[in-house]
Amino acid sequence: MSDTADRVKKIVVEHLGVEADKVTEDASFIDDLGADSLDIVELVMAFEEEFGVEIPDDAAEKISTVSDAIKYINDNKG
Amino acid sequence: MRRVVVTGLGLVTPLGADVETVWANLIAGKSGAGPITKFDASDQKCKIACEVKPADHEYGFDPNKRVDHKVQRQVDPFIIYGIDAAGQAIEDAGLTDMDDAMRLRAGCSIGSGIGGLPGIESESLILAEKGPGRVSPHFVHGRLINLISGQVSIKYGLMGPNHAVVTACSTGAHSIGDAARMIRDDDADIMLAGGAEGTVCPIGIAGFAQARALNCSFNDRPEQASRPYDKDRDGFVMGEGAGIVVLEEYEHAKARGAKIYAEVVGYGLSGDAYHVTAPHPDGAGAENSMRMALRKAGMGPGDIDYVNAHGTSTMADTIELAAVKRVLGDDLGGASMSSTKSAIGHLLGGAGAVETIFCILAIRDQIVPPTLNLDNPDEGTEGVDLVPHTAKKREVRAALNNSFGFGGTNASVVVKKI
Repeated sequence: MSDTADRVKKIVVEHLGVEADKVTEDASFIDDLGADSLDIVELVMAFEEEFGVEIPDDAAEKISTVSDAIKYINDNKG
Repeated sequence: MRRVVVTGLGLVTPLGADVETVWANLIAGKSGAGPITKFDASDQKCKIACEVKPADHEYGFDPNKRVDHKVQRQVDPFIIYGIDAAGQAIEDAGLTDMDDAMRLRAGCSIGSGIGGLPGIESESLILAEKGPGRVSPHFVHGRLINLISGQVSIKYGLMGPNHAVVTACSTGAHSIGDAARMIRDDDADIMLAGGAEGTVCPIGIAGFAQARALNCSFNDRPEQASRPYDKDRDGFVMGEGAGIVVLEEYEHAKARGAKIYAEVVGYGLSGDAYHVTAPHPDGAGAENSMRMALRKAGMGPGDIDYVNAHGTSTMADTIELAAVKRVLGDDLGGASMSSTKSAIGHLLGGAGAVETIFCILAIRDQIVPPTLNLDNPDEGTEGVDLVPHTAKKREVRAALNNSFGFGGTNASVVVKKI
């Protein structure tokens, strides 16, 4: 669990160029971290690459916070 | 008629990432050429370029100064160079705090010759290896040529004309000329104008080498490779970077007490109607462009003290030179002409803007930059002061920049001391 969270946070920091301490688990990508809809598409692609999971569009649309991403990955990774 | 003046300058080039450093290095006769470091060029015919230097270099470029981290990740180098050079120009002009009314009347005309070639190359490889689902969602707008103008307008809130010229290696000169017209025509009071390029990537080098345009015979002596007008010239050396100016309506600039570098007084444009890569052998296109610029400026050949030549270090150099000889006629002996591509390489879509800035600085400092490596001047160069090897102090009242591009497109810009 914590391993997934750390790796997700690292990707978010790298892609969005935000300070690591702002990437809390309840942070919203759009409202708190300055992402736009295309940034989320890019983040989802990075999560897919990093964790070897498939995140279909309908699931990706429901990922709006850091914890949403961590939960989806933990529930679906092989 | 509304007059157009230059009130801000910005440069990112192989000789530095700010105006004064670039100019000092250029006047000192330094070369920005070296072995390609951005990728493994060992299998390329051409292994050299004039690269923008990394941040830890003595005169390197630090993208973190003015370009947001997220933007850096999403866009190609030409856009990063452009955003930084535009920021320099805005700061230099004292326009970082424009009010709403000013921003409504401020626009962008910043182009590129090719645009985001490195990103097109790398994302195409991802498409082939991993499939369409791995192509970046930022692929398109991170590569488009008009996205320097787009990014700069968003960053600084510029709501006037948003324009981007694409005329190969004439882009920078056309961008400045078109923007000056927009101010003259009352579309805007302020225009960020210029060009940028960043195509030092495998397909960029290979493509120009295959077109027989690049120098491939000086790989072991990169600093000597760009040698305009020299008998041993053998193609251009690719450069990269950006040049952007703030153009401003004269009364507007005076009213706010802005520093005024020079006035943009003439702009000429023409087509060769001949060949996609080779200039017309009689140089008529170049001649028509220069003559139009002088006519628009209301100037005679005797008014031009300095010509910053297109002079790419190819066979075409002497065609341009012959055209300059015809245009300046009996006044040729009073003018100096140099090719600064001998020092910074060919910035393609950025060239005309960077070189117009060099014309402006020549007027400011009353000194003309040299043509490096001119050891054995070719036939036809007799009687022309090509400023070999070292810069020359002299009177510079007005200067003309020539830029010519693939497709047979020509542009000339005349700037004048004010």
